[in-house]
Amino acid sequence: MRAGVIVFPGSNCDHDTFHVLSQIVGADTRFVFHRETDLSDLDLVVLPGGFSYGDYLRAGAIARLSPVIEALHEFAQRGGLVMGICNGFQILCEAGLLPGALAVNTCLEFRCQWVHLRVENAATPFTSSLSPGQVLRIPIAHQEGRYIAPPDLLEELEENGQVVFRYCRPDGSLDLKEREAPYNPNGSLNHIAGIVNRQGNVLGMMPHPERASEKVLSSEDGRAIFMSALAAVGAAR
Amino acid sequence: MARVRERIPDTFVPDPPDDELLRRVGLTRHEYERAVGLLGRKPNLVELGMIGALWSEHCGYKSSRLYLRELPTEAPWVLQGPGENAGIVELTEELAVVFKIESHNHPSAIEPFQGAATGIGGIIRDIFAMGARPIALLDSLRFGEIRPGKVNEEVRRRNLYQLHGVVAGIAHYGNCVGIPTVGGELMTDPAYNTTPLVNCMCVGLVRKERMVRARASGVGNPVFLVGARTGPDGVQGATFASAELTERSEEDRPAVQVGDPFLEKLLLEATLELAGHPAVVGIQDLGAAGLTSSTAETAARGGVGMELNLDAVPKRSAELSAYEMMLSESQERMLIIVRAGNEEEVLRVFRKWDLDAALVGRVIEEPVLRVFHRGEVVAELPVGLLTEEAPLYTPDYCRPREPYRPAGAGQPLCRDEVEATLAKRFGSPAAALREALAHPTVGSKLPVWRQYDHMVRIGTVAGPGGDAAVIRVVGERVGLALTTDGTARWVYLSPHRGAAKLVLEAALNLLSVGAEPLAITNCLNFASPEDLQVMDCFARAVEGMGEALREIGVPVVSGNVSFYNEGPLGKVLPTPVIGMVGKVEDVSRAVGMGLPGPGLELFLLGSSDLRLDGSLIAFDLTEIRAGEVEPPDYPAFRRLRELLSRAHREGLMAAAHDISDGGLAVTLAEMCITGSTGAEVTLPEGPGAFARLFSEAGQRVVVAVPAEGADRLSALAEDNGVACLRIGRSGGGRLIVRGESGQEWIDMSVEELAALHRGGVERWM
Repeated sequence: MRAGVIVFPGSNCDHDTFHVLSQIVGADTRFVFHRETDLSDLDLVVLPGGFSYGDYLRAGAIARLSPVIEALHEFAQRGGLVMGICNGFQILCEAGLLPGALAVNTCLEFRCQWVHLRVENAATPFTSSLSPGQVLRIPIAHQEGRYIAPPDLLEELEENGQVVFRYCRPDGSLDLKEREAPYNPNGSLNHIAGIVNRQGNVLGMMPHPERASEKVLSSEDGRAIFMSALAAVGAAR
Repeated sequence: MARVRERIPDTFVPDPPDDELLRRVGLTRHEYERAVGLLGRKPNLVELGMIGALWSEHCGYKSSRLYLRELPTEAPWVLQGPGENAGIVELTEELAVVFKIESHNHPSAIEPFQGAATGIGGIIRDIFAMGARPIALLDSLRFGEIRPGKVNEEVRRRNLYQLHGVVAGIAHYGNCVGIPTVGGELMTDPAYNTTPLVNCMCVGLVRKERMVRARASGVGNPVFLVGARTGPDGVQGATFASAELTERSEEDRPAVQVGDPFLEKLLLEATLELAGHPAVVGIQDLGAAGLTSSTAETAARGGVGMELNLDAVPKRSAELSAYEMMLSESQERMLIIVRAGNEEEVLRVFRKWDLDAALVGRVIEEPVLRVFHRGEVVAELPVGLLTEEAPLYTPDYCRPREPYRPAGAGQPLCRDEVEATLAKRFGSPAAALREALAHPTVGSKLPVWRQYDHMVRIGTVAGPGGDAAVIRVVGERVGLALTTDGTARWVYLSPHRGAAKLVLEAALNLLSVGAEPLAITNCLNFASPEDLQVMDCFARAVEGMGEALREIGVPVVSGNVSFYNEGPLGKVLPTPVIGMVGKVEDVSRAVGMGLPGPGLELFLLGSSDLRLDGSLIAFDLTEIRAGEVEPPDYPAFRRLRELLSRAHREGLMAAAHDISDGGLAVTLAEMCITGSTGAEVTLPEGPGAFARLFSEAGQRVVVAVPAEGADRLSALAEDNGVACLRIGRSGGGRLIVRGESGQEWIDMSVEELAALHRGGVERWM
């Protein structure tokens, strides 16, 4: 299994993600510079958090024009695993690899805090080592993380089980009828924190699992997501 | 400013310059004459501007340098003391810590968002210019009154506008560059009405072999300017920061720069990729006084000169004069001196990161700074004239001191009288605790720091809100503990003792979490040094700080002085801020302030005379702005330090929190709030409930110890000669504090404490 972490100008969590993949999860990992166009040596590609191109214009709007994105489309089409975290999720939406968009938080401010996530679909390559309904404690850090989509798309995502993570209370409870809830930090529709594409091989999530993969950082809940992806790739080989 | 650059040729020699021109370039007539004497001729306009900027208080430290020499700067672990972009101390055999604190007060007063943002940008550049990867930011902030009804509403709104703008600016810049903001302070006082203080500290890590110095050498070596294009922004920012704020300061808006954190991030990555590269001779960021100071300072450190060709400087506007280019403070620029013949290797890295790099000059042997523009020499100044020969004001030479005597300060208060006054004012200790927790200085800063990414770089083991932030070195056991401290009310009352107390307080913060202090950086914020009492206060504060640092064996490795912090509403409190860095041997064993659960034994370590002079409850809540801070007791501090170090090494501690703002009562409340656990405490009753609960005197710590470790802690305290009082036990959902005879002082639910604390800042933001 070989993992790649894309480095866009302005990526901030590239080193963090690299550290967790290579040192904690134990995957053979390399950086992928945004000008590269050959991803054929990789099984998993992670788009890390940060402020690609300063988030100027709109988060992810410029990064999607990078040469590597074209290669990424091809990579995803071939069934390679793609994971976008925070800014990576924003880029995947802008690039059309994931549906919907990420708008400015309802509080209109940047928010960095711990949140609780409920695993809604444990049958994806990224959640196979988790169980449905399991609650994860993972931090967020973003200003544009409110997941939005037109009503019919939202319905489709729900029906297809594409909603992978939802913000919830510490005990895992949540109320889909509430539009705003204290446990939903950004006002995302249906409390959505992470989704996959229809095929299930492209994941986007706003919370940062790489910040919750070691005991010394007070939570190891994020590690299971990387471990799942690793296991999925191993099984496919 | 506009008039200076209006079509008057750069090489025009004003003879003699009128007062208005001298005021604009920031020179006194006396200084002008000194320059003429040193130069042996009359300077032209460009040269006047360059001299004015480098001789400004901001760059030249002319009022403070003499006193700063008194501070200890050496220790075996210091790799670089003051005088470079930042100081460096050794952390492990391979790793070193690079850090500095700097003020951005004046720009933040006028344009809070950009002022604070570019303050962050500037301090980050200082760190990565030395080859270090920035890993943490801390901000020490002071604002005027933000609560309604305490001050004129217009002033309060201005204070709030500044608070919102500064916080948003810090978040904007720091988050984008990807450096966690892990700590700092926020205090309010009417003395900062419309005149805020914004001090930013950055900490970086470097492998020793990759350290870079900011010096030029090697005659013929090319000098590159990298990063942003040069524009007219911030022209004369350095002189602007060296004058008081006036009603007209709003007109100075063009002197405030606009930051581009994305460009900074690219510069950071490119610079770090080049750090340690044999082709790189020296790197210096462009800060105050832009090209002038960066070229003069690198040349001075290397004992060489430099020729500059301004036609090669990438410009934002073709109209720029030589004067503007030499003094522009456009952000996100670096000066890099490269070994001749290796240019291509360096340029390749800049191209990789989409950065423009222009060859703007060469190192020359003759120690002069010679500037060409459109084929003619527009400035030619000896490097030494701009740097080491900047004026130095001493008590004997045109800057005398007059004994600092603020009303009411310098005489100890009568403790019984204060006790009676407070009892009458608050009615009960519980009522005083309620008010203290809801004061913005004590209240939770969560609404501020949740806007900062404090976790990026996965190093944050303990983030904002504790005694000190704890940052691990990724992949190692060792880590850093970081704190800033600058309680101005102590310094206001007793400059010498107050500044010494700050040093001990900062050290105690580090010791509480389980770290050993390594070194400090300082930012000394004072009013105009032309006020002779201010100068005296400054001198005494520096003396006190130096004394305490020597006593505890901690050197200063970098720092910054900010004078002229006063406006139409008055002078700020004398506010020296200390940023202290400590070493944590094993971050997994660092201890927080929250009570982790019930059944823990609570101890009060250390003793003091329990005076209330300068305490939050007297000074801030009751407006008793009088009294005298207690004399520092260094032997007692050393004993306490030894005890805490041993207790940490033995793993005895479950929680620890030092006593500071708001005294023992607030310390206990914060331990309960943070751990969501109550406590029941009994205290001796003399000399009075308020003195017992709210005194901030001395160096004292509350620690929580599992029952089985309690006897061991008592024994250790006795061994080390530290006063040790077993005061109670954690548990339940309330904080209950009684006097020995059973008198009830405080009985409040942890939820109530938390709600008050949470609202301290949030209610007004």
